[in-house]
Amino acid sequence: MAAADHTAARDVSASANPLLRFASSARSALTLILRTTTGRVGFTIVMVHLTLAVIGPWITPYTPTDFHLDDRFSAPTAAYWLGTDEFGRDVLSRVLAGARSIIWIATVGTVLGVTLGTIVGVTSGYAGGKIDQIIMRIVDWLLAIPSLLLAILVINMATQRFSGVDDSWIIIGIIGISFMPNNSRVIRSATLAVKPLEFVESARLRGEPTPYIMFREILPNVLPVVAVEAAIRISFALLLTAGLGFLGLGVQEPTPDWGLMVAENAKHLSTVPLSALAPGFAMASLVVGINLLADGIRQAQNIPETGDSR
Amino acid sequence: MARFLIVRISLIMVTLLAVSIAIFSLIELLPGDAAALMLGQQSTPDSLRNLQEQMGLDRPPHIRYLEWIGGALRGDLGVSAKSPDISISSVIGERLRNSALLAVSAFVIAVPLGLAMGVWVGSRADTKIDRFLSMGGLVTISLPEFVTGVVMILVLSTMLGWLPSSSIMMPGESIIGNPQVLIMPILTVTGALFAYIFRMARANVIEVMESNYVRTAVLKGLPMRTVMVRHVMPNALLPTITVIANNVGWLFGGLIIIENLFAYPGMGGELINSIKTQDIPMLQSTAMVIAAVYAFSNLAADLTYGLLNPRVRLS
Repeated sequence: MAAADHTAARDVSASANPLLRFASSARSALTLILRTTTGRVGFTIVMVHLTLAVIGPWITPYTPTDFHLDDRFSAPTAAYWLGTDEFGRDVLSRVLAGARSIIWIATVGTVLGVTLGTIVGVTSGYAGGKIDQIIMRIVDWLLAIPSLLLAILVINMATQRFSGVDDSWIIIGIIGISFMPNNSRVIRSATLAVKPLEFVESARLRGEPTPYIMFREILPNVLPVVAVEAAIRISFALLLTAGLGFLGLGVQEPTPDWGLMVAENAKHLSTVPLSALAPGFAMASLVVGINLLADGIRQAQNIPETGDSR
Repeated sequence: MARFLIVRISLIMVTLLAVSIAIFSLIELLPGDAAALMLGQQSTPDSLRNLQEQMGLDRPPHIRYLEWIGGALRGDLGVSAKSPDISISSVIGERLRNSALLAVSAFVIAVPLGLAMGVWVGSRADTKIDRFLSMGGLVTISLPEFVTGVVMILVLSTMLGWLPSSSIMMPGESIIGNPQVLIMPILTVTGALFAYIFRMARANVIEVMESNYVRTAVLKGLPMRTVMVRHVMPNALLPTITVIANNVGWLFGGLIIIENLFAYPGMGGELINSIKTQDIPMLQSTAMVIAAVYAFSNLAADLTYGLLNPRVRLS
């Protein structure tokens, strides 16, 4: 991951504002990504999805939750372009409406996980010694439970204990928790690489407080790693969200959810195959797009494929 | 080696102890106990108290935890909340066999094929066939298991009618006696695993091919076959195997989803079943057994790595 300390960030390192510096390095990274074929294809697919997620609610031909009981199990017609499901709900409208919730959940969940991971990783890496050992042992324990199993157990508890809370926030929390351990490991090793550098040493000698050193000196220098980490994690977040939805543990009916739609409509494959295939295709194309984009980032920044676990 | 094993196994024991406390606490945090969840709407204060006594839920949590763990170590996980006639140990034993059958078959197919294809394609980096296959691999990895599974059911079962669409077994039937129900679940698990291994192997082969020692080997006139077998493969496949080993958890997640899609009678299916029926004793033990199997497969992966890596083997 040390390779992520890329040239783009160095060019503008003269700029004092770390946010400006980050925005500028993000822009030059995008230019690099768009130079690769996979990057371009991925970027296009992701943009189409984002656009549809934003404008989706206004262009749905029907209200996604409306029953049309006279038109149950309809094949694709001029009225229902992708047909209807067992309750006569319009499949196209439901697929369009589903984009927003899954993209929102996966993105916010990833941001939460990466933020938690960054705080834990920078703290652990900078503190070193006993604190580092204790934190990393706890991280090891969290990693000892497969993430989907942990998610299933937490969700089972949380949906019953906090029944007033919106499902999507519970799932966001779960994505955050299950991404934190892996993230904090990556950020910790990036911190360890920055820690012995001179500007950190000089800040210490100036007598700056520890939080200042951690978040004003070290953090801006591990941000590129954080950004790459977030980009790669998003596809795992999407798959986890969709997987939970498919298992019936995600967003609950009648809210349209791609995973749940596949699970429910798979029972009627012989009559209306499109009602399960359309949300499945939407899901697959989104993850393909994001992975192509992430592959573009990897190629552009020369980061070897590490095969992080989901 | 024996020392390494002892250290690792005792570490696993400590980890599993922590995991068991975590699982027990997550279930303890549920509103109402196993008895209340079982009775549901029909619960009256009297019937609730009776059932709690009968299930031993009136005792403090740490006693119940110790009893659960003590029983688990003796191989007795108690009885299902659905019926006192259903022994959790025997249900889990059978489900575990079925899941293992699925996972091992997928592994045996995907690992050698993925490694072989990764080496073959990696030695042709940046050719048309490489770009095509590695793009195909990336797409395959991205497909959620339930999407590949549904497409497979649609084609092989609904349209062609070659295979049964689900793996539901009648009482008394076994998976072994009906191998045709295994084909689609195995293919679905294998697909993603194969693409993943292939991409990892390819990336590592490309990296090793650029190293100085491989260039030296080529320039001193060794035949390409010898360079691949003696220099590239040992150095490229070792990190690949580590990565595969570190991702056993991914395989587990995939299995849970696939077993539910095909109604396959394995651990993943049982896990979701026990959540849907709120069979708390079953849920607790299923989760624990999955975590334990996960810990030991990680150990097995580390051992394989140790056996293959001379630096670890000899130290």
